Amino acid sequence: MSEIIRARGLTKRFSDLTAVDGIDFSVEAGECFGLLGPNGAGKTSTIRMISCVSPLTSGELLVDGMDVTTSGREIKARLGVVSQEENLDPDLSVQQNLLVYARYFDIPKNDARQRTDEILELFQLSDRRHEIVDNLSGGMKRRLIIARALINQPSILVLDEPTTGLDPQARHLVWRKLRLLQSQGTTMLLTTHYMEEAAHLCDRLVVMHLGEILAEGTPAELIEREVGHQVLELRLEGVRREAAVELLQRREGLQLEDVEELIYVYGHTQDWALVLKELTEFQEGVRLREATLEDVFLQLTGRGLFD
Amino acid sequence: MSVLGVSYRSYRVWQRNRDVVRRLWFVELVPPVVGPLIMMSALGLGLGAFVELDGGQSYVAFLTPGILSIFPMLWAMFDCGWGAFGRMTMQGVYDAVVATPLNIEDVIAGEIFFGATRGALQAVHILVAAAIFTPAYGIIESPLAILAIPVAFLAGLIFGSIAMSFTSVAPSMTAYNFLFAFVINPMFWFGGAFYPLERLPTGLQTLAWFLPITHIVAINRGLLTGDMHWSHLGNLAAALAFAGAFFALALWSMRRRMVK
Repeated sequence: MSEIIRARGLTKRFSDLTAVDGIDFSVEAGECFGLLGPNGAGKTSTIRMISCVSPLTSGELLVDGMDVTTSGREIKARLGVVSQEENLDPDLSVQQNLLVYARYFDIPKNDARQRTDEILELFQLSDRRHEIVDNLSGGMKRRLIIARALINQPSILVLDEPTTGLDPQARHLVWRKLRLLQSQGTTMLLTTHYMEEAAHLCDRLVVMHLGEILAEGTPAELIEREVGHQVLELRLEGVRREAAVELLQRREGLQLEDVEELIYVYGHTQDWALVLKELTEFQEGVRLREATLEDVFLQLTGRGLFD
Repeated sequence: MSVLGVSYRSYRVWQRNRDVVRRLWFVELVPPVVGPLIMMSALGLGLGAFVELDGGQSYVAFLTPGILSIFPMLWAMFDCGWGAFGRMTMQGVYDAVVATPLNIEDVIAGEIFFGATRGALQAVHILVAAAIFTPAYGIIESPLAILAIPVAFLAGLIFGSIAMSFTSVAPSMTAYNFLFAFVINPMFWFGGAFYPLERLPTGLQTLAWFLPITHIVAINRGLLTGDMHWSHLGNLAAALAFAGAFFALALWSMRRRMVK
């Protein structure tokens, strides 16, 4: 596999804020690479630098072998960008949105028409082709934005929170389409703060926080490394809570986290069966479950609000 | 090849705007016909009955070069002011376009060129109306009048660039009240469209020559009567200088706003 995006010491500073703080990462051709992190982590700033719409403060960034600071137009010709905001052209119909966009890429008229038909079909928008964009539902708009990003047959699809604000049905439909593209070999770069989305789509990901990369790996690796396979949840009150905590604290290698009415217990190499046995008396308040990316995320980025 | 960062791709934005006008042709093309006709009838014929001019020229004939200057100005200003602000903020059009091989300079240049095209189109409408009125009021006295179309394009470049420069710093739609009050208004009234500038006090006369519209009105007056002077070359030079300066300002200031 070959490296299609490569960032070294990538930094973005605004007057009083370092949004991206010297990060290194690379994306292989054909994979779906995720940037995870809470609001303000620097995901969008990173994506904007890759999309050549925001200049780097310092560092090096190569996309498809070209430097973003000198080859913006060439790189943009090979990217498909799905922005966070809905920015379809409201003065144009569904079909015109694609045709006009194709023209920005200098795609010849006949090719553009053919491609538009194919993409509308793929995204189940063919019967809406003459509709004005404002009349589409949120899910349809989202599909159209993704469809538009594919008009130039991009070698990299850049998706900035592609399903934010969608209902579950619409989200699953978008995921299905993205997985289809993935299976056809499209490289994807995805930011999200939905862990389920990352788990569904990403081959590999990094967790970002306050402009830095905290961890990197496949979803399974990250879960294994950061929290272990399973997580114990205690839902107990008062003295029973204190007693359970005391009992657990006596064991080596357990990490307890107190979150309002819940206590999460993490431990990499713990024999959970043994632990559960010790906790028999608290049975109804104890639950052992599979660890998820959500645990990794909260473990790494903390539970505060970042906005 | 690109100049000031503007490439042939700016034409793509021009095409986008043309497609929108085509789609909404009724809304886009009817009002520009009505505006000048109302002004010609109301001021030219109504007010004109009370006006006596040197050489027996009818007031509507005096007024038409002004109308030929003011309406292209207004359309370019609306398009690159209010219209551009909407496309930039609410509609997110610029963000979507700069994600393609176009850069922000292409977008802004394309917008201004389209504003100028609206200006030129407006001049065509007015010339047709003027031609209809000509037998009765002697408005068009020279074939040079046809050159009012490229002059309207030039006016569109100037005023589109001015409005776009304003858009590049406008915090909100309400801010355009300032553009209207302090830019459009003085050009409308003090550019010599409605009366000979010599009637103004000297101070205001001097001020008027710093308004780009004054030079456009002077050129159009010459073209319609066929009474051209060397001084018109000075007007043309001034208009070109205004166009160049504000065009460059709009590009620079828009990059400042959009590329962060």
